[in-house]
Amino acid sequence: MELGLFLALLGAALATFMAGIGSSIGVGKAGVAAAGVLAEEPSLFSKVLILMLLPATQGIYGLLVAFLILQGVGIIGGGAGEISNLEGLLYLAASLPIAASGLFSAIHQGKCSVAGIHTVAKKPDTMGKSLIIPAMVETYAILALLISILAINGIGALGI
Amino acid sequence: MAILKMQRISIYALSRYSKDVLETLQRMGVIEIEKCNIEDSVFYQTDSTPLSTSFLRSASVMVQAQEIITEYAKEKKGLLSSLEGRTPLTVDEYEEIAQKNPEALRLAYKIISYKKKITENKAKIIAYNTRIDALTPWQNLDVVMDTGSTASSKFILGSFPEELCEEEIRLKVAEVSPETELFDVEVISKDSNQTCVFVVCYKGVYDELLSALRKIGLILPSATTPSNPDSEIKSLKSRIAKREELISECEKAIASHLNDLPLLRFFEDYYVMKAERYSQLDNISYSPHTFVMTGYIPKKDSEKVSKVLFERYGAEVELEDAEGEDVPVLLKNNAFAAPAEGVLLSYSAPSRFELDPTAIMAVFYYVFFGMMFSDAGYGLVMSLACGFALLKFKNMEAGLKRSIKMFFYCGISTTFWGLMFGSFFGDAVSVIFNTFIGQPAPVIPGITTPIWFNPTVGSGPTTLLMFSFLFGIIHLFAGLTLQAVNYIRQGNFIYAIYDDLSWILVVTGAVFALLSTDMLSGMMGGFKLSPVFLTIGGIMAGIGAVLILIFSGRESKNPLKRLLKGAYNLYGATSYLSDILSYSRLLALGLATGVVAGVFNQLGSMLGNSVVGVILFVIVFIIGHLLNIGINALGAYVHTNRLQFVEFFGKFYTGGGRDFKPYAVNTKHYNIKEDI
Repeated sequence: MELGLFLALLGAALATFMAGIGSSIGVGKAGVAAAGVLAEEPSLFSKVLILMLLPATQGIYGLLVAFLILQGVGIIGGGAGEISNLEGLLYLAASLPIAASGLFSAIHQGKCSVAGIHTVAKKPDTMGKSLIIPAMVETYAILALLISILAINGIGALGI
Repeated sequence: MAILKMQRISIYALSRYSKDVLETLQRMGVIEIEKCNIEDSVFYQTDSTPLSTSFLRSASVMVQAQEIITEYAKEKKGLLSSLEGRTPLTVDEYEEIAQKNPEALRLAYKIISYKKKITENKAKIIAYNTRIDALTPWQNLDVVMDTGSTASSKFILGSFPEELCEEEIRLKVAEVSPETELFDVEVISKDSNQTCVFVVCYKGVYDELLSALRKIGLILPSATTPSNPDSEIKSLKSRIAKREELISECEKAIASHLNDLPLLRFFEDYYVMKAERYSQLDNISYSPHTFVMTGYIPKKDSEKVSKVLFERYGAEVELEDAEGEDVPVLLKNNAFAAPAEGVLLSYSAPSRFELDPTAIMAVFYYVFFGMMFSDAGYGLVMSLACGFALLKFKNMEAGLKRSIKMFFYCGISTTFWGLMFGSFFGDAVSVIFNTFIGQPAPVIPGITTPIWFNPTVGSGPTTLLMFSFLFGIIHLFAGLTLQAVNYIRQGNFIYAIYDDLSWILVVTGAVFALLSTDMLSGMMGGFKLSPVFLTIGGIMAGIGAVLILIFSGRESKNPLKRLLKGAYNLYGATSYLSDILSYSRLLALGLATGVVAGVFNQLGSMLGNSVVGVILFVIVFIIGHLLNIGINALGAYVHTNRLQFVEFFGKFYTGGGRDFKPYAVNTKHYNIKEDI
């Protein structure tokens, strides 16, 4: 029995749902803070919305990696060939950086976003600075995304 | 690309002109007034807080009146009204409307009094309704409620907190007081939780009966009326109707003033400006007949301002070039770079002693934003939307206008990079041709095929990664060069070599060395520098490292400490590595945009070529791409800022300057501007 396709799919699933969990938690936390601020200062809507959406990107990175994997194994776009166990495992491994890094960075970015929302509530003109602090955390999700993309791209080229 | 020269301005004029001078200066909006600290036997200062507070109170009356009007009448507002900005007024128009001051105040108070009437009447209606509620159970009583007594009988009105019939009440009374008999009970009304009764009895048993009734739970009525309850309720209802009519009259009267909103807004601004003007009076020193005022003014405006002040008020103006830490900073850039000033200022205004880096930053800003967003379709959408807003809303607030202009340029850059990478709403054109037309898309450079290369397939990602690092290194070197220029401007030519050239040598040398080894040639598609570059690179990096080791700790006198400091600074090379790697986000975010766009195109085309398929495609296309634009524009914006703030500014920027905040017309609805 060939497990290759299953393993690759598992990788795609992991990338989507782990990064998705992270983003949900992050955006959720920030959303709670944002709603609180809006009760007092409705005019800050666009600012807190931006801060709130910062941890949403990890979920998208996860989706992106999952999509690349599905495309790589031919589930999307047709032409699904034989996927060897090794190839499947490689895809699974390639999904891990964004899965794990997405999960944790989104949660912690969410915390920074909450803090940023509080800062903006008190001093709306510190928006620029408040935006940069959560963006620091996101760097690590971006690095993970990069490795996941490069790895998936490389597996295709290996021709196993 | 410059920090404007500032001058200190001192204005001397006759006291009676002080308010006029302040008004003129407010409209010109070019002077930052400083507190004038001359106070001696001749000069004194005033405290105009009570006056400015009273003006602020008038302003709040105007605001209140506006709020009341908008509560009762809907004002038509466009979806994009927040972009409209303040209505411009010339000085003559302003003076003309300002004549209507008493009228506006009267109007505002009238509207507030209408509102008061409405509130009062509403309170009355509530009171009437409570009374009606209390009387309703007695509505069937056909005698007046405080019926006293006749020659031999007395009456009791009351209610039991349960449902009872006449017999039950008689029985209960008999249980408590068997002797009491000479009475008659009539139930007026009853429901499941109360029974209202009218009891008539022989005078002689009144006291016994009352106590007996109380024992079995009789409560005397809370509301009584000297008249018949039914007619009382009717009269209350008619009074309510009258009050309601009054309320609706007041509401109509308020709503009829919808067209006076602009007037009220004008006077809100009028009083706010006046309050501000009076609070500035405190910063002036007066002598019995003259006053002195000091502040900062950009050099370019000083001539004109002095001329105007002299001609109108015979004021004497003294100007001197301002130097020093505390002088506020005002930036001046060309139309291309100026929109990025907002980004710079949101970090920090430059200090007076350094170059304004806006122009250089702007170039990198637009390029990096475009690379991260990198889709020709999205860029077009963004530029068109911003261009439309700029054309449609001429009076937009300066700050907003600046941001929108910036995104306009970012959109152009995004379009450019999209064409380079062959992304137009992802691969929308190919998908449409393959799914709905049934033939491969024609080759349109930039739209279906990349002009440069496609970063999502084959060796695309690695190639783009290398270019991202290259752009990053250029960005960092630009930062170092700016620091060198700052050093040279301050006359510290040698520092530029120690701190900037040294690092440029180290990084360039390391890059040369790396490129001439086998390690990277695989990633570079076989590209490899000749081995001689390994030597050249090594020498360059070596010279740089020695410079850093020896000179970067130059502040320490102790040679050992100096060397150790140098070594520590050399260790900072790791931070250069992480800085350069940080530019990989150019690739990652660029790919994210393209791939997610592709996902939506594929999702949309899932149902193939049918009517339903086309409808699905259109819906998914619009929603999906809007979502992608939103989230990726946000990502591109945030991470472009980060690359500027952390990697770029970290190399050279001191900041900490004080932003120039001129005393100006600081209003909400109207902009009164006097051109100078």
